[in-house]
Amino acid sequence: MSVLKDAAHIYKESLGVLIIALGGGVFAGAVLGGEGMLEGFDSYPGLLLLVPAFLATRGNVYGALGARISSGLHQGLVEPRFEWNRRLRNAVVASFINGIFISVFIGFLAWGMMQILVSLGVRDDSAALVELVGITFIAGTLTSVVLIFGLLLLIFAGYRYGLDPDNLVGPIVTTLGDIFGVLFLFFAVVTVGVIL
Amino acid sequence: MTQGLIPGGSLGTWETRSIVATMIPILIVLSILEMGSGLVLEALEETYLANPTLLVLVPVMIDMGGNLGAILSSRLSTRLHLGTLDFSVRDRAILANVVAVIALAATIFVIMGFAAWGVGFIIGGELSLETLMTISVVSGMLLAVIAIFLSISMTFVSYKMGLDPDDTTIPIVTNVCDILGVLILSGVAIVVL
Repeated sequence: MSVLKDAAHIYKESLGVLIIALGGGVFAGAVLGGEGMLEGFDSYPGLLLLVPAFLATRGNVYGALGARISSGLHQGLVEPRFEWNRRLRNAVVASFINGIFISVFIGFLAWGMMQILVSLGVRDDSAALVELVGITFIAGTLTSVVLIFGLLLLIFAGYRYGLDPDNLVGPIVTTLGDIFGVLFLFFAVVTVGVIL
Repeated sequence: MTQGLIPGGSLGTWETRSIVATMIPILIVLSILEMGSGLVLEALEETYLANPTLLVLVPVMIDMGGNLGAILSSRLSTRLHLGTLDFSVRDRAILANVVAVIALAATIFVIMGFAAWGVGFIIGGELSLETLMTISVVSGMLLAVIAIFLSISMTFVSYKMGLDPDDTTIPIVTNVCDILGVLILSGVAIVVL
């Protein structure tokens, strides 16, 4: 087979998944660039700073869960259904802890960096610690619930349908993570605005 | 967004405590590195908030380098495991993969240009299709070239060091691309605008 023929095969195999991921990304981008979120960036200096870390860590936390469940299914250690299985439960609990902890940590980190920027005179003011951590905590918690259960549901369904979960995890995490990560970030900004 | 960081050796355990203990230090380091991208966004806050259509590109730029790198890395890694990979410029498998990734990137970032323009139309952005297309395609292709370079060199390094590229290449490539995506987008946007 020629190089171009091979390349065309790889292209066809991967394009669909990338287009779905692109759709998720564009949706997330539309929320980020939307009026409500722009007001949020304005009211909470430091919010823009934490967006890349918040979005990128989703992939690591839930991608690791997906890879683990996928290996577990292949090895017969986990059954493709929601059940009170010790392994499944431990993996889910660990992902909740990781997802929520790192979200809160990112809130602290962004606040700390803003304090440095303010003291250097680069920025005029920073959002309060409780505001930034409140936003990342609410957004991080809601995202973990949807991502963990959504990911498991789709992996189990795909596996029972005969698909290799190894190929599903990446695109599912990217797409769900983008859509719900940003939606819940927006929701958290509005909620913190009402409560605090 | 990254396609799953799999810390080597931890897959054998299913204890909550050890999964958390393995992941937390990695997550902390990654969040600190990601703050680099955040600082660039923050430094260019005025540009981004004045042109919200640019923000539309941010999540895709964070994701797509990692996605392209993961496609290439996992294929190279599989070839390496099968013993059919030859690290030379004449290796047809590497060449076919590189051509495919470049073609995929070109397709995705042209669609992205149109999509950003369409979304900009709805959210009231003022950037022209021409400007957005230039920013999307130039930064996307730069990112793709970096993802290709990183995937091949990291697979080679893992191979030389006797590490399983599944555990090393994909997480490193995807995370580095996550961080570089925003930096490249911002750099290109400054030049173009």
